[in-house]
Amino acid sequence: MKGNEAIAHAAIRYGADGYFGYPITPQSEIMETLMEEKPWETTGMVVLQAESELAAINMVYGGAGCGKAVMTSSSSPGVSLKQEGVSYLAGTELPALIVNVMRGGPGLGTIQPSQADYFQAVKGGGHGDYKLIALAPASVQEMADFVKLGFDLAFKYRNPAIILADGIIGQMMEKVVLPPFQPRLTEEQIREARPWATLGKRAGHHNNILTSLELDPARMEENNLRFQAKYREIEEHEVRYEEIHCAEADYLLIAFGSMARICQKVQEVAAEQGLKLGLLRPITLWPFPSKAIASLAHKVKGILVVELNAGQMIEDVRLAVNGEVKVEHFGRLGGIVPTPDEVLTAVKKTFL
Amino acid sequence: MKEEIIIAGFGGQGVLSMGKILAYSGLMEGKEVSWMPSYGPEQRGGTANVTVILSDERISSPVLNEYDIAIILNQPSLERFESKVKAGGTLIYDNYGMHHAPTRTDIDIYRIDAMDAAIEMENSKAFNMIVLGGLLKIKPIVSLENVLNGLRKSLPKRHHGLIPMNEQAILKGMELIRKV
Repeated sequence: MKGNEAIAHAAIRYGADGYFGYPITPQSEIMETLMEEKPWETTGMVVLQAESELAAINMVYGGAGCGKAVMTSSSSPGVSLKQEGVSYLAGTELPALIVNVMRGGPGLGTIQPSQADYFQAVKGGGHGDYKLIALAPASVQEMADFVKLGFDLAFKYRNPAIILADGIIGQMMEKVVLPPFQPRLTEEQIREARPWATLGKRAGHHNNILTSLELDPARMEENNLRFQAKYREIEEHEVRYEEIHCAEADYLLIAFGSMARICQKVQEVAAEQGLKLGLLRPITLWPFPSKAIASLAHKVKGILVVELNAGQMIEDVRLAVNGEVKVEHFGRLGGIVPTPDEVLTAVKKTFL
Repeated sequence: MKEEIIIAGFGGQGVLSMGKILAYSGLMEGKEVSWMPSYGPEQRGGTANVTVILSDERISSPVLNEYDIAIILNQPSLERFESKVKAGGTLIYDNYGMHHAPTRTDIDIYRIDAMDAAIEMENSKAFNMIVLGGLLKIKPIVSLENVLNGLRKSLPKRHHGLIPMNEQAILKGMELIRKV
């Protein structure tokens, strides 16, 4: 099935309570599949096409406040519209899952694949000092698996998580093993597991109040320090990445999502020509695998960061490498996807 | 085994669904598969293409430099992909509406007059399955039985009545294909 379809099936199987979205290419199959599957008749999951992206993200905000497992999906321009709501989710410490199947930008751009929303996903996007847990799937299988991972991490840390995919991973079809069904939590189970949820005051309990507004700057600073402590904990425990043939490599490729798949072909072709390339694929874009990259920087003669953008993740790679070795960038822009040969030519031009 | 295939033609010719059926058939045989469309406005009238990979091993990139097999269904696609067939590879084309034929001598070239046959059968929708039949005749990468299984899996139940017609079209394609 397609990557987008895998996300929809995985959401139903996770026991998600609600999906709120507004259609946009190249991710419309997520809502289309949910509408076809009619989970409201089986698990009771709500699937709603909102009147706009703003409405959708605020429905997510409301659902999340009630302790529900809620999600939204869009593509680049639509995700920009949602940024205010994302900042509110982070500021209120609410778990939610956001999916961005990126397309070429800026502006309305193209509908072809891009990775140019890296900065938006990992550096903020909305206002304020906040972080999203950012997962970058590189296969249809990971599109399915990261729904559960994203929700689980979001609930564990009371923080929104984002699946940052692109048009290739959303539109391509591959073999996938869907996760098992798990039931939606009952209201009692939500009260138990998520005592912060605003589900109505009961006798003998205090009021739960969820808000991102705090007019006293001293208390707002305390809130921020609490967020920052949480982000450090996530950086400590939740870094995920994959290393492919890094041990024996002369040069290192670093790429995420679809570009990591193309780079695997580059490795195969390079190996036939006697050129040993390693590949480090960040799975979490935040928290970023800085330590793993720093420890590889000593062992290789150069690093090429391959992205479908003008050079975004390369900034995090350079911070990790800290000048130890040459770090260069190769990217195509605006929806153009390079062939493996183009990437290999870039490797040779840069280092040989 | 690994077959890297590009199918390219006009939007509306059934290029993407032919690739999908091929991918599903591969799945039925327990192979690793990937189906990567060129999606976008070109699906509505311009050129459309899809890359299908069937392999016994894990598939790395869904985007390729060159192909083992190219199935070419219009002139712009011939111009774009003839040079991208690996030496010793295979190119299948339908001559309908083309003003010049493929010219490479280091690949196997086959012609299939599938559009003419579809018109003759008064069923333009059979076109892509006739082409698929031609492919399977010269490259039996999946069995006819598994193609039919793949159809059962990928078509909604209400369309299962169309499967015999599709089988007939595949058999027709197997008869029609000719080496150039």
